[in-house]
Amino acid sequence: MPIQPKKHEMPTQSPEVRAHNFAEVAQGYPVEIALEEAKRCLNCKDRPCVAGCPVNVRIPDFIAQIRQGNFEEAYQIISQSSTLPAVCGRVCPQESQCESKCTLQVRAKMEPVAIGRLERFAADWHNANAAGQPAKPAPNGHKVAVVGAGPSGLTCAGDLARKGYQVTIYEALHTAGGVLVYGIPEFRLPKSIVAREVETLQGLGVDIETNVIIGKTLTVDELFDMGYEAVFIGSGAGLPNFMGIPGESCKGVYSANEYLTRSNLMKAYLDKPHTPIMKGGRVAVVGGGNVAMDAARTALRLGAEKVYIIYRRSMEELPARREEVEHAQEEGIDFRLLCNPTEILGYANPDNPRDPKNGFVTGIRCVRMELGEPDASGRRRPVEIPGSAFELAVDTVIMAIGTSPNPLIKNTTAGLEVNRRGGIVVNEDGLSSREHVWAGGDAVTGAATVISAMGAGKQAAAAIDRALMG
Amino acid sequence: MNPTVTQIEVEAPLVARKARPGQFIILRVDEAGERIPLTVAGTCPEEGTVKVIFQVVGATTEALNHLREGDALQDFAGPLGTATEMNGPERVCVIGGGVGCAIAMPVAQELHRIGAAVTSIIGFRNRELLILEDEFAACSDRLIVTTDDGSYGRHGNVTEPLKEMLTAGEKFDRIIAIGPLVMMKFVVAAAKPFGVRVTVSMNPIMIDGTGMCGGCRITLVQDGQRVTRFACVDGPDFNGYEVDFDEAMSRGRMYADYERHAYEEACSLFRKA
Repeated sequence: MPIQPKKHEMPTQSPEVRAHNFAEVAQGYPVEIALEEAKRCLNCKDRPCVAGCPVNVRIPDFIAQIRQGNFEEAYQIISQSSTLPAVCGRVCPQESQCESKCTLQVRAKMEPVAIGRLERFAADWHNANAAGQPAKPAPNGHKVAVVGAGPSGLTCAGDLARKGYQVTIYEALHTAGGVLVYGIPEFRLPKSIVAREVETLQGLGVDIETNVIIGKTLTVDELFDMGYEAVFIGSGAGLPNFMGIPGESCKGVYSANEYLTRSNLMKAYLDKPHTPIMKGGRVAVVGGGNVAMDAARTALRLGAEKVYIIYRRSMEELPARREEVEHAQEEGIDFRLLCNPTEILGYANPDNPRDPKNGFVTGIRCVRMELGEPDASGRRRPVEIPGSAFELAVDTVIMAIGTSPNPLIKNTTAGLEVNRRGGIVVNEDGLSSREHVWAGGDAVTGAATVISAMGAGKQAAAAIDRALMG
Repeated sequence: MNPTVTQIEVEAPLVARKARPGQFIILRVDEAGERIPLTVAGTCPEEGTVKVIFQVVGATTEALNHLREGDALQDFAGPLGTATEMNGPERVCVIGGGVGCAIAMPVAQELHRIGAAVTSIIGFRNRELLILEDEFAACSDRLIVTTDDGSYGRHGNVTEPLKEMLTAGEKFDRIIAIGPLVMMKFVVAAAKPFGVRVTVSMNPIMIDGTGMCGGCRITLVQDGQRVTRFACVDGPDFNGYEVDFDEAMSRGRMYADYERHAYEEACSLFRKA
């Protein structure tokens, strides 16, 4: 039977419906479609997809198990390499990783196998059907501290716990998950799934201490005094960047971090939330990454009548995942490409300095751009078109233009080398300039993907094991 | 302590060991609650406890005020922010306004402990709202209490005695002002002709308090340049001459409508209960 040239479609909520709710957009393959999609895998000998995965999941092996109907076995194969299968199946950029190497795409010019969707299928099947927890590994007598319960920290902790290490994760916020709980919205990654993955880790014996800020409540040096033999720093993204244009302090201007944290972590999207957020109205999101897409689609679901994405380059350079961009377009987000904000406009009543409307956003002024010569990043540099200024009337502006690493640990850890941008300097194993201190994820690289942070956590776990076990 | 201000003591040994004057904590009262920053008013490292003084201003502080001895908070994290600068023996004027006195008090105590000459000026709307007078008296070489309506101490606001002292030739190495934004703004204006350093303590809207959300940003004007700083990690103390107070006051009112409704709902909820 010939191979179907296209991936099996992912069932999704229709755009008109989902634009008004926070339920998950993509609903997952049913069993019969998963079985069909698994048949598309050629099970090639050289396994290029495995090399394309930052944590080297044995992809053809788990797909072979799905094809045979052994869904739990498929999950077990994934979980040997990945701490967070249900998360990765949803948020990994497979199109630029495993799936981009798929022989179907590279050699046969077909769509690749839907590896991500199958991974999610196996993980969801396990979460719905498998009973009980994996057995706690026998302790090896060594203690490791992990800073931050985000993707890199959870992965590092999981790998070490499976080897018998006694691992404690210190988390600054009140809930474990890092960007998976404060950043990525419910409609893309339900928080119950994150909680389930965290529980699995706790079942392995990982201790999670929330509300402990390393660099403040405790320092890295104190962790060693407490008997930890190694420390992994996965403290994540730090302070949000702003453009430095007039009006960014107006009421109604958010960083994407703040906007998403209010909605996701603090549950401002629910009815009668305790934590407020500006809902409805007209919203402009500045930036073109996945975070910008998340913010724009959150704004829509919070009741905005109009949502713009303002990005200074063209669709070709837009860094967000294609799937997210397509979903956003289907939902009616208005992409204003090759546009750059120059000023945020605020209300000012000339007759009444006490007018409560004073200082609230009324609009955003932009200029149109065209693409010039390639810059240092290899992308064509946007250049302003003279005389092209225009204004959009909005009440809320969300800046999604990146973050710089958090300064708290750097400032309190002597001998910890950081680069010009504040990222912790590490070698290929994730080892920092401090003995027995490893680091990974956004704290090292600046804003990147969940899976690359997991890859770094995994690498560091292996290196910590080599260092402590000789 | 007075009809709207309450002091609580929280068992939090790690925070108690680390907290220095000027730092704050973030707490949540219950599972669905909001995260609010409150400044540490004192610690007892031996007992592992942290004192926090708060004024009931909204739904969360109203809920906090309904806790009873022995109840537990949902979350309590800190200490956050940088501690107030301490330089040993120097002449310092500590100015506290209203519930800001709760933050100013441990600062004055620490200054006194390390040998600084402390002049304290604490101001309140009226006699009923007076707090911490004895504590300030114990750590100040000189204490002036003011009330806006003249019902206790000097009639007027805190800037008047400050202006008088500076005009009379009194020398301070620095002034530390902690209170409502408008009070700190006027302290800065009063000190400016005399060139005395003024440190102010900013208390903007925050969520995480750890340098992640950026909601607490304030604008400083340094050499004519407007620069953004984050109160949670760069502050809460800032050079008063650089702070854009008008912007901070405006940003502080971002959720004013929402907060009023939430507070009214919380009050009616507690009345029913």
